[in-house]
Amino acid sequence: MKILSVENLSRSFGGIKANDNISFQLEEGDILGIIGPNGAGKSTLFDLITGYTKADTGIVKFFDKNIFGLSPDKISNLGVGRTFQKLKPFADQTLLENVMIGAFVKEKNIKKARDRALEIIDFVDLLEKRHHFAKELSTGQRKRLEMARAMAIEPKLLLMDEVTGGVDQKTIPGLVDLIKKLKKTGVTIITIEHNINIIMEISDNVLALDQGKSIAFGSPREIQKNKQVIDSYLGTFDAA
Amino acid sequence: MESKLITAKSEPLWNTNNKVISIVCALIVLLFALPLFGLNSFYLHLFIMIFMHAVMAQSWNVIAGFSGQISLGHGAFFGIGAYATSFFYMQYGITPWISIFFGMFISAIFAVLIGIPMLRLSGHYFAIATLLIGISFQVVFQRWDLVGAASGLWVTMTPEDSWIALQFHSSKIPYYYVFLIFFLITFFAVWLLSRSKLGYRLRAVRDDPQAALSLCINVSNYKIIAYVISAMIMAPMGSLFAQYILIIDPDRVFNIEISIIVLLITVLGGIGNVWGPIIGASILIPISEYSRIYLGGTGGAIDLIFYGLILMIICIFKPNGLISFIPKDILERKKQR
Repeated sequence: MKILSVENLSRSFGGIKANDNISFQLEEGDILGIIGPNGAGKSTLFDLITGYTKADTGIVKFFDKNIFGLSPDKISNLGVGRTFQKLKPFADQTLLENVMIGAFVKEKNIKKARDRALEIIDFVDLLEKRHHFAKELSTGQRKRLEMARAMAIEPKLLLMDEVTGGVDQKTIPGLVDLIKKLKKTGVTIITIEHNINIIMEISDNVLALDQGKSIAFGSPREIQKNKQVIDSYLGTFDAA
Repeated sequence: MESKLITAKSEPLWNTNNKVISIVCALIVLLFALPLFGLNSFYLHLFIMIFMHAVMAQSWNVIAGFSGQISLGHGAFFGIGAYATSFFYMQYGITPWISIFFGMFISAIFAVLIGIPMLRLSGHYFAIATLLIGISFQVVFQRWDLVGAASGLWVTMTPEDSWIALQFHSSKIPYYYVFLIFFLITFFAVWLLSRSKLGYRLRAVRDDPQAALSLCINVSNYKIIAYVISAMIMAPMGSLFAQYILIIDPDRVFNIEISIIVLLITVLGGIGNVWGPIIGASILIPISEYSRIYLGGTGGAIDLIFYGLILMIICIFKPNGLISFIPKDILERKKQR
């Protein structure tokens, strides 16, 4: 079943087309990896889908509901969770409180919300840190916090922006395992990644963007062989 | 791992420190007993002012400390409360006990009307807008004949002390208890708020509105809710103050100084913490009252100089307010690490 359909989504900032006629579809339970060089429009696409930025034109359907133009809180209420490229923890609150705020969406009772939050924190392997303030956590731990907080709203679709970005090499495998573990829960995932090996490892499909345009969509194997992707991104990656 | 989760779930929701509870209970008993020890009129007045300003600062704490919106026009709600009780009592003979609720209701309406457009603004823009709103209330009431314009309202005095009219001429003790009870009710209400789902969500709005949106929180609505709650806490203090002094005018109850002093008290004590306004009021109000007594009219601004100095010292050395002198695990809900 199609969980997300994006049709001809466009957004310009002044004369720059950040997203230009992007279209793709996503099956329930899949992981879609989004790749592209810096400035390709990956995070803008997240903002358009989740309502943080209003698209100029296009249609975004979550299941059969057109969510184009809805506010971010309404979209998240339908079951679309997200994390942010620039981390946004509630810094002056503990990890547990951060996740509880998400858990309140489904659990009205404080004790039940706290217990649900603890289960999710346990899922992301941060139970020992539950009473630490978010500002005291390392970048890798804060990435897990954001994932836990987004999971707390029990999303059907989870958008994760550069989960492994800005963390050390030792932390990356744990985060990748966590994404795989998340998939097993049945949640559909869209993830932006710069690490091409991770994208190839975890994704069912990959969308490649360049200068705001969709240049390829297909399985990781197809994307790896796509000449346009190699020229605009993978080639650059290899050279780097 | 499972056992660790079970252990975590079995932890109490809140860090209920029995020592703190005992101290708070003892202080409450002491506050109720104090007038029995023959406190003179000045000390009764001093405590009344501390209770009143602690509640006003608690009101400001809800909007600024919990939801992160700096309001510089909060005195408007104090004035609305003051005028509501005095006007309805003088015009229709309605007891202040009922018109206190009128004041709260009218303040809530204005909070919604002001909040809907103003809370779209953020940061210093919201602060400037509320400052101007606060001043505009003063200007309107100075010219509004129905409520006595610039002369204000002189509340009709009862011949004798009256609980129904909330007027006590022979002693300040009844006022002391009325303010004390409002102070305690407000403290516990805000304490409960800080531990409620609403409190969590308001803090989320304060810490990061963008992240809050991703958790199904309608940021604008929650800011308005905080503003309304805050206004409804502020208004009764205006009402009680009007009954306490029995003469109100726009320069007194809509004064910009009211909006500033609640800010100073909260920042001094500790913003975003239910104890902060109490600590702040317990220090600043005595300074204000003593400087007024010892320096009289000639030293009218000395207390403000003190405030400024204290605030500078606090901002430099204890930016989280005096509350940060108290170890976190005693007052706050954080558990042992």
